[in-house]
Amino acid sequence: MITIQLDGRPHQLPDACTLAALVEALGHAPHGIATAVDGLFVPRGQRAEVTLHDGAAVLLFQPIVGG
Amino acid sequence: MSQTHTDSWRIGEVTLTSRFLLGTAGYPSPQILADAIAASRTEVVTVGLKRTLASGGDNGFVEAIRHAVRANGARLLPNTAGCRSAREAVQLAHMARELFDTPWIKLEVVGDEHTLQPDPFELLIAATELVRAGFTVFPYCTDDLVSGRRLLDAGCPLLMPWGAPIGSGQGLLNPFALRTLRERLPDATLIIDAGIGAPSHAARAMELGFDAVLLNSAVAQARAPVPMANAFRLAIEAGRAAWCAGVMAPQDFAVPSTPVGGEPVLLGAGA
Repeated sequence: MITIQLDGRPHQLPDACTLAALVEALGHAPHGIATAVDGLFVPRGQRAEVTLHDGAAVLLFQPIVGG
Repeated sequence: MSQTHTDSWRIGEVTLTSRFLLGTAGYPSPQILADAIAASRTEVVTVGLKRTLASGGDNGFVEAIRHAVRANGARLLPNTAGCRSAREAVQLAHMARELFDTPWIKLEVVGDEHTLQPDPFELLIAATELVRAGFTVFPYCTDDLVSGRRLLDAGCPLLMPWGAPIGSGQGLLNPFALRTLRERLPDATLIIDAGIGAPSHAARAMELGFDAVLLNSAVAQARAPVPMANAFRLAIEAGRAAWCAGVMAPQDFAVPSTPVGGEPVLLGAGA
């Protein structure tokens, strides 16, 4: 098991978990959120190629209202 | 046919007829937001992004925006609100482009927590990188002429100088600086963004020759947002019509308008 920081909170994952698998496990529709790992944007099409490491900082963003 | 139907303007390849850009934050309900978008007849609606665990769902606002945008033929303009550095803003812009499927980005890089003033240095760095990455960058900037020129030279198709701090409703705090921007950048597309409170502020911005106005709180926080959106629409149209018609130059002394000549009206020359 590894522990990542998911939106600033510790979150345990199985070894070799990909970003795409994390998104699916959290119940998010792939087109409904945007993702960043360690401060860098990861395009939707590349999430399956990103294997999360222990301590990775993962941020998920969703659309909201704005001015 | 109203003025706006014949007075179009362009942002890149997109032709617009409304000069009213509207924000979507802070409305009492999704329905009021949708009705305000319709009343404004805006063609550009701003949206944002947030971290998913920051708070709960959006209570239907995003769906209301998407529906209203489709119904009114408007476009989305995502912002990078909350960013404090060029690096943050660039990453958020990429996420916004993917989420909202648009290369348009309202670039906000804030340098002061109290005034939410744009950081001109980080803004320029972010704008330069994003233009190179194919974004259409709408930079939220100060009213500084030199900073504005740098942003245009970097490839921004327009500038969005503030009228006053975001959400303050104070109107145009420095009309001299805004007038200077218009005069010294005659070919630039200029959109007043931030600080507008009353329709008269928006009309004044248009009378100064600005190409459009972007506002949010002035409608969302009105007692009745939907009629207020309509009021702003009329004010922006009126200000634009006044600019096109040519507002008279102010004088320091009286200039009689009725041509009575130099003689006293009742007594005559022989009195």
